[in-house]
Amino acid sequence: MTYVPLDFTDLLLAASLMLINGAISWAFALGLERTLLINSVRMTLQLAMIGFVLKWIFAQTSPVWTAGLATIMILVAGYEIVSRLSRRPKGFSTYLLGSGTLLLVGTLATGFAVIGIIGPDPWYQPRYVLPILGMVLGNAMTGIALTTSTLLEAANRDRAAIEARLSLGADRFSAVAETLRLALRTGLMPILNAMAASGVVALPGMMTGQILAGLDPIEATKYQIMIMFLIAGSTALGVVIAGYGSVLLITDNRHRLRLDRLQSGSA
Amino acid sequence: MLRVEKLRIAGLPLLNFEVGDGECMAIEGPSGIGKSRLARALADLEPASGHIFVDGAERMEIAAPEWRRLVRYLSAEPGWWTDTAREALPKDKKSKSAAHRLMASLNLAPQLLDKPISVLSTGERQRLAIVRALIDAPPVLVLDEPTSALDPRNTALVEEVLRYQLLNGRSILLISHDRDQVARLADLRLQLAPVEEVTSSQPNSSEPVMPDIKTR
Repeated sequence: MTYVPLDFTDLLLAASLMLINGAISWAFALGLERTLLINSVRMTLQLAMIGFVLKWIFAQTSPVWTAGLATIMILVAGYEIVSRLSRRPKGFSTYLLGSGTLLLVGTLATGFAVIGIIGPDPWYQPRYVLPILGMVLGNAMTGIALTTSTLLEAANRDRAAIEARLSLGADRFSAVAETLRLALRTGLMPILNAMAASGVVALPGMMTGQILAGLDPIEATKYQIMIMFLIAGSTALGVVIAGYGSVLLITDNRHRLRLDRLQSGSA
Repeated sequence: MLRVEKLRIAGLPLLNFEVGDGECMAIEGPSGIGKSRLARALADLEPASGHIFVDGAERMEIAAPEWRRLVRYLSAEPGWWTDTAREALPKDKKSKSAAHRLMASLNLAPQLLDKPISVLSTGERQRLAIVRALIDAPPVLVLDEPTSALDPRNTALVEEVLRYQLLNGRSILLISHDRDQVARLADLRLQLAPVEEVTSSQPNSSEPVMPDIKTR
């Protein structure tokens, strides 16, 4: 097994593929040339930057710097959740719910993986902690955003039914039970589909990366299986917390449906 | 008995009124004035400051779900959360027989319980919602346009059921655009008017304004 490093000319060669995108945009008058250029440069700079940051942090093996980058990742993912909601409660409660849920499931899942399963020495080695946290956050983020947006949309649509149940004496969780169930199912669907498709339709990115880096495919597969279970477990936990949390955001302690707290549009 | 003290609904003067056992009060006023908001506030479905009592017990002393068993609100467009009406009704024996009696008096065939709600007519849905609201015999009923989708014959049946509720000592607050229906059912009328109009006629009054209650 050998690992072939890429040099600068290799990257330029790959970048030449962007000429195809440019040609398509020009031929069909899509007007995307500018966006294409900006986003290509942005992607390159962002990845190069995170490469240097990771290289530096890996060299430190310092729990403080690792925790610092982990915090930034969690906050950005929390912000991303809120920006995906077409209608959301006013104020900071949604950010708090999103980032708080990610902090909890990210810490639990990553801690479980590095302390309980993989066991590197020391356990806080950033080159284990950060990629695993990243994968957990990415998937939990998608699940949480889907669950929350489904719940808020469906509660708005089912308002009459929910209020009918409240009027008949149901508490807030019984009144939204059907809506919540739909939201939880929607949030769990992507990870369930990913488990079914992985290895057949899609070769997961982490496994592919490890194979490219020269790791034995069997070993890479074992890691991938572990990661899939980790992601599925943490996403499920995140989806449930976010689902119940969202119910609390759109109801109050007098068991009223408070859709007046929602504002539409992302900001 | 329902008693309301200094209830604040946006755009309306502070409300004070009382509806005794066996009495029906019509809530009247131009559309958009806040009749439905008042109805929802009575069932505590919308935040509103002020005091509401049922038989001496104050709203905030009672858990909200329990309160809504005392003050039953029936929306103008009642929602359903199940495929059939039967799934939405309580399953115990007492409720079942109450449901059967109510359905019979509202001219609803028992088979309707198992039909998908989506295929029922608007009038059938409205009457089923009345059945659903009355099964557990709440002492105060707040009804928002309960017969808006009904023909005169079924309207008369609903009114008959409501009269029976009044005879049994329940209090009813009724929003209805049907003047004749109000004349037939209501003992009291609460005329809602915007806060500006009322305060301009009493410019120096800082006391809560008593809305105009007429007794028939």
